[in-house]
Amino acid sequence: MVEPSAGSLVAPAVTLTDRLCGLLRMNRLKFSKYCFCYLGLIPVFAIYWVLRLEPIARTFILSFYDWHLIRPLKPFVGLANYYEMWSDDNFLLALRNTTLFAVFVVGASVVLGLALAVLLAGNLRLTAAYQAIYFLPVITPMVPMAIAWKWIFDARYGILNYSLSWFGVQPIGWLTSPDVAMWAIIIMSVWKVLGYNMVLLLVGLKNIPAVYYEAASMDGAAGWKMFRRITLPLLKPILLFVVVISTINAYNVFTQVYVMTQGSQAAPGAPLRVLVFDIYQNGFQFFKMGYASAEAVVLTLIVLALTLIQMRVIRADGE
Amino acid sequence: MAERRSATGNGLWNRIGTPAASHGVLLAGSLSMLFPFVWMLATSLKPADETMLWPPRLLPINWTAQNYPTVLNAAPFVRYFVNSVIVSVGATILVIATSVLAGFIFGKYEFPGKRLLFLVILASAMFPFETYMIPLYLTMKSLGWINTYQGIAAPYMIMSFGIFLMRQHIAHSIPEDLLDAARVDGASELKIFLRLIVPLCSSPIGALGILAFIQAWAAFIWPLLMATHRSMYMMELGLSTFQFRYTADYHLLSAAAILNTVPMLIAFIILRRRIIESVALTGLKG
Repeated sequence: MVEPSAGSLVAPAVTLTDRLCGLLRMNRLKFSKYCFCYLGLIPVFAIYWVLRLEPIARTFILSFYDWHLIRPLKPFVGLANYYEMWSDDNFLLALRNTTLFAVFVVGASVVLGLALAVLLAGNLRLTAAYQAIYFLPVITPMVPMAIAWKWIFDARYGILNYSLSWFGVQPIGWLTSPDVAMWAIIIMSVWKVLGYNMVLLLVGLKNIPAVYYEAASMDGAAGWKMFRRITLPLLKPILLFVVVISTINAYNVFTQVYVMTQGSQAAPGAPLRVLVFDIYQNGFQFFKMGYASAEAVVLTLIVLALTLIQMRVIRADGE
Repeated sequence: MAERRSATGNGLWNRIGTPAASHGVLLAGSLSMLFPFVWMLATSLKPADETMLWPPRLLPINWTAQNYPTVLNAAPFVRYFVNSVIVSVGATILVIATSVLAGFIFGKYEFPGKRLLFLVILASAMFPFETYMIPLYLTMKSLGWINTYQGIAAPYMIMSFGIFLMRQHIAHSIPEDLLDAARVDGASELKIFLRLIVPLCSSPIGALGILAFIQAWAAFIWPLLMATHRSMYMMELGLSTFQFRYTADYHLLSAAAILNTVPMLIAFIILRRRIIESVALTGLKG
């Protein structure tokens, strides 16, 4: 029923198509495939351009300008923003804090995640239940979890200080000084991402064929030796993936820092300064968007460099 | 018995310890995973004065559900919830549409520029969102998209991993013969895509949908920049501003936090297996 009307509508286009096909020296099938590919990709790349590619490029461009949201003049300043950064105490502090945070969170969450995955890889009962429980913090949103932990860390009525008091530890103002808050946020963040690392590493462990273990056990390997000689090398690709992802995420930490240390009890002097917070503050509270972009470029370079180094190190080690 | 299992099974664990010990460790870990949830729930059911007891008690003395209506009256959390749903569902639909279309094109066609275009998509995923949010914000501002749903959902509308995932699936599990047969029957490329490819991708579409939804739902810094009117807040942002007003009222904060946790919790209970598999598939970005 639809056929005739559709046919008559398409008819004039067919001759045009034929002419184009002849012009481009390709058959009609190839032509229609090309049309579909490029026409299909146009909207996708248009979105990519507006939301990703252009902003990434413009971050680099803005970083060379004294680009202030409010001021009409936005002069080109070359590398001045970058020079300024190296004498900016806030930025250096943020860089130091974020690096410390990343080192400890990645270290702890990968080691603990691997240990848990090894326990679960032994085909214990209740594996699915354990997985679900450890995964729960991963899936729940960050803000309510940060609030729950803020309450646990509360200096006066917090349950953590109470538990520590059993061991004779004096109350600690967990979130009132930036230095201590760092540790509180590291603990909270490890808790939050542990299940993610565990699930991924468990997938990796399960993919190691049992024959390797059988062969190694015939050679008399066991326990730690087996783990080091068989498990770790075969787990390397997924371990690499977990370390890279965790590091990138750790360098972009913001939400829990914002919720747990911004305007916390009795408004402490300074919030814990991390890179994304510094970018946020310079860009959106002080409107120094050129300078904030330069910071963003540094963050980008750190993340890219770390990714490359980690890939290189782990690959070289495996060969 | 234990000897035999270690020789035949994957054997790693049996050589290091005993199942009882590992259950012990895993249980202790589970308790510390669950404790913040339990503590938050218990606190949300306490009257104000019981949050300031020393020593603190886990369970309320006088149980009360009054904190929940108080919270709902103090801030429009229902509105925040609706906003979160609108933004996350919208973003999810766009991620699925763009990923399946581009994944199909990259997975089943050859055309000039293909490798370069695919490389651009993958490379763009190496830049964390936080590094290019300033220019994106300026773009949104010039479009007049501040305080709009499309503006808040914008960065979550595309996902490079989604295109990669769909390409892998379509290239490997949909046979070329099937497409050729459809072409012989006179189907256009668009028709093949809509009638053949989309239905055959329902499983990876489900996984991708879960990822896209979680990513948009968990968004924080972007809504913080984009939503300046309270009526446009998503749940996360709404809760964080709520906590700045009720800094020390932990009975109310806990109730609000529970309200913010419940939707994801319900989704997790229903879709537990799918969610864990989907997330294990990729690096879910924060």
